[in-house]
Amino acid sequence: MIALKDVLALLEGELLTPATDPGAAFLKVFASDLMSDVLNSAEPGSLLLTGLANGHVVRTCSVADLAGVVFVQGKRPAPDVIADALTKGIPLIATRMTMFEACLRMAGTVEDGGHGHR
Amino acid sequence: MATAESVYHREFPVRGGDFAKAGSVACEIKELLKDLGLAPAAVRRTAIVAYEAEMNVIMYAREAKMALTVSPEVIRLTIDDSGPGIPDVELAMTEGYSTATAEMRELGFGAGMGLPNIKKNADEFAIDSEVGRGTRLDVVIRTNGHVTP
Repeated sequence: MIALKDVLALLEGELLTPATDPGAAFLKVFASDLMSDVLNSAEPGSLLLTGLANGHVVRTCSVADLAGVVFVQGKRPAPDVIADALTKGIPLIATRMTMFEACLRMAGTVEDGGHGHR
Repeated sequence: MATAESVYHREFPVRGGDFAKAGSVACEIKELLKDLGLAPAAVRRTAIVAYEAEMNVIMYAREAKMALTVSPEVIRLTIDDSGPGIPDVELAMTEGYSTATAEMRELGFGAGMGLPNIKKNADEFAIDSEVGRGTRLDVVIRTNGHVTP
């Protein structure tokens, strides 16, 4: 389990949805740009790390019960995507780190949230 | 079609090519099922099936009708589309097999996981496709009886 504030510190991240629950926490982490893989393999309650920044990311997280999103490599979703995340109560974070660097920083602090090929 | 034992039945239109709205029907279905008091695991599986099916219609078909029927024991989703149909259903069920365009992949879909993922989340799964006519999916997910009257 990792707290939202710890994710922000580790990834030098910016919270794009300040109105979401500041006490949010994530059970595990899943990293992918493929929403099909998220739907197939990500565990509920996980934090998603992705380089994709369209509305499908938020809808996919909502459908699959993921608890938050980190957009890597300076990607930022459009205002309507942020508004949708606020409606759904899903915190969004932006970091300038690459996917690799972000995963390295998260590794060891929280478990892998993928169960597809175990 | 709703039966005498159904507690809920509703049909949703899905329009092919409507990428901007993709996933909105699945999100609506998820909220409806939560409101009906179904077990979270069954709600999640149904929402994932609905999302994958909705994306398939948007990516490949002209239009479809997605029908949701909820009874005390099962959730049933049937997706009946008008589209090109699937020439080789067995091949289409193979994980990773895809005929998606680059545009579809840029949206994070078209990785060849849609139909396998629908089957994985279903307790019962049937697919019937005819080239030139369309495809019909029939999916049943058991609720374990957790339905609020």
